[in-house]
Amino acid sequence: MTTSSSALGNWFHRLKALWETIIAKRWLLPVLLGIGFILSFLIPQFNLVNPYIQLIMMYVGINIILCTSLNLVNGYMGEFSVGHAGFMAVGAYISALLTTKVIPPDLGAWLFPLTVLAGGLGAALVGLVVAVPSFRTRGDYLAIVTLAFNMIVKSVIENIEAIGGPRGIPGIYKLTNMPWTFIWTVLAVWIIRNFIYSNHGRGVLSIREDEIASDLMSVNTRQVKLLAFIISSFFAGIAGALFAHLLQFISPRVFDILKSTDILLMVYLGGIGSIMGSILGATIFTVLLEVLRPLQEWRFVFMPLVLVFLMIYRPRGIMGLREFRWFVPARDLLAGKTWRLKKEVPNAPAD
Amino acid sequence: MLLQIDHVTHYFGGLCAVSDFNLELKDGELLSIIGPNGAGKTTIFNLITGVYRATQGSIQFQGVELVGKKPDQITNLGIARTFQNIRLFKELSVLDNVRIANYSQVRYNPLESLLHLGRYRREEERTIQEAMDLLSAFKLEDYAEETSKNLPYGSQRRLEIARALATHPKLLLLDEPAAGMNPHEIIQLMDFIRWIRKEFDLTIILIEHQMRLVMGISERIKVLDFGATISEGLPHEVQNDPKVLEAYLGEGAEL
Repeated sequence: MTTSSSALGNWFHRLKALWETIIAKRWLLPVLLGIGFILSFLIPQFNLVNPYIQLIMMYVGINIILCTSLNLVNGYMGEFSVGHAGFMAVGAYISALLTTKVIPPDLGAWLFPLTVLAGGLGAALVGLVVAVPSFRTRGDYLAIVTLAFNMIVKSVIENIEAIGGPRGIPGIYKLTNMPWTFIWTVLAVWIIRNFIYSNHGRGVLSIREDEIASDLMSVNTRQVKLLAFIISSFFAGIAGALFAHLLQFISPRVFDILKSTDILLMVYLGGIGSIMGSILGATIFTVLLEVLRPLQEWRFVFMPLVLVFLMIYRPRGIMGLREFRWFVPARDLLAGKTWRLKKEVPNAPAD
Repeated sequence: MLLQIDHVTHYFGGLCAVSDFNLELKDGELLSIIGPNGAGKTTIFNLITGVYRATQGSIQFQGVELVGKKPDQITNLGIARTFQNIRLFKELSVLDNVRIANYSQVRYNPLESLLHLGRYRREEERTIQEAMDLLSAFKLEDYAEETSKNLPYGSQRRLEIARALATHPKLLLLDEPAAGMNPHEIIQLMDFIRWIRKEFDLTIILIEHQMRLVMGISERIKVLDFGATISEGLPHEVQNDPKVLEAYLGEGAEL
C-alpha cells in the first residue's frame, strides 16, 4: 500500500515538474495547439460534437482569420478599411473557379491547399492595386476608397456571366474541413503575429501612433503601409477561399457591405491592436449570432445594441491595445530583463 | 561644411513663413535659433527634415541636396530631430519607441519578418541590445517596458532625444527642449545637451525661448522675426543688438 502511494506521489511530482517546465519554457501554447490539431482530426472522425457545432467551429476559424487580418490595418496601423469582404470575394471566386472549372474533381481535395493559396495571392494582388493609389490619401479617404472597392467588386462579379453573374457559383465541393480550417487559422494568426513583432510591424504601429514622427524616425511609411495592406488582403482571400468551400455556394450578395460590417464589428468588439482581441471578438460574435438565432430578426437589433454598450463602457473593445502574454515573443517580453541579466553577469551566454 | 542653406524661402499659401534664410553650419558647432513666436523657427526645422518642401532655395547636407527628399531619406543621411510638443509613440513601450528609430538599420526583409527566420533573430537581438544601451545612457533603462505616455514629462523629453539618437545622426535638431521646465531643470538640461554633444559627437541646432539656456550653451545665435534673419552672431553680440530688442520688446525699448 505504502509503495503504491509513494509511486503515485512520485508520478505526481514528475507531472508537476513537467508542468513547471512547460510553463517556464512557454511551451503551453504549442502544446495546446498540438492538442487542438489532433482534435481537429478526431472531432469530425468520431463525431465528438454534432455536425452543426462543427460547422460553427469552422466559421469561427474563418472569422478569426478575417478579424485578425483586418485588425492589422484598422487596429495596428490605425487606418480605416471597410471593404474587407471585397478581398474575401476575390479569394472565394478565384478558388471556387479553380475547383469547379479547372482542377479535375478527383484532384480537388489534394490540391486544395494550393487552391486556397491561389485565392490568397489573387486577393493580395488586388490589395496591392487598391493600396497604391489609396495610400496617397489619408484617414477617411481610405474608408471611402475601400467602400467603393467593395461595391466595385460586387458589381463586376454581377456583370460577368462567365462566372455566374448575380446567380453566383453553386455546387462547390465541400473541401473545407476541420483540419484545414485549423491549420489555416493557426498559420494566419501566427504569421500576422510574427509580422507585428518584427521591424516592419513596429513600423506599422508607429504609423498609428504618429505618422510624421514615424517618417522622421527613418520608417519608410509608404512601404510599410503597402506591406500591411497586402498581408491583410492576402489573408482575407484565404478566408474567402475557405468560406466558399464550406458554404458550397457563393454569390456576389454574400460579399456585400454587410459582410464587411460584420468583420468590422468583430474587430472593434475584440479590441483594436490585439491578436487575442481578434480571436475573442471573432469567436464571441460568431457564437452569439448562432445562440441568438431563436430571436430571429431581433438579433440584428441585439447585436448592434451590444456594440453600442461596448463602445460606451469599453470604447477600445475587450482587449484594446493589450496583448495576451503567450502571443508576445519571449525576446520582446523579456527584453529589459535579459539585458539586465547580461549586464550583471558579463560574458554570460546569451539566452 | 556640414549643413549649407542657401536663400531658402517658404510660403504657406500667400504667407511668407521663411524668407531668404541662409545658414552655414560647421561640423561640431552648436547654433541656436531664437525669435518671437511665429518667427518661422520650427518651419526651418520642417524644411531641413523634409516635412515641408522649400518653395525656393537649396539645403545641402554634406554636399547632398535635401530639397525634394522624403523625411525618412533625410533621416537616413544623418539628421534627427525632436519636437516642440513631444511626439512620442504614446501607446508603445519606451523600448519600442527607441527600436522604431532603428528601423532603417535593421537588415532583414519582409519575408523574414513574417516567418521570424533568417537574420531576424540576430538583428532583433542587436537592436534590443543597442536600444537598451542607449536607454541606459539616458537613465531610462528601468522604464523599458513602460508605456511611454506614462513617463514623467522630463523623462519623455529625454526619451525623445534618445529616440532621435537611435537613428545615428550627425546633426541633431532640438525644438524647444526646455519648454515647460523650471530653472533648475534647465541647468540640468544644459549639462545634458553638452554631454550628448560630446558623447555622440553631434552638431546641434537648438530652437529655444529660454534665454538662460540659449546664452549659456550656444556658440552662435541666429535671430528670426517674421521669417527674416534680423541678427546673427555670438551670444553677447546678439544680446545687445537693438534690432533684437526691438523684435522682442518693441521699438524704442531699452534694457
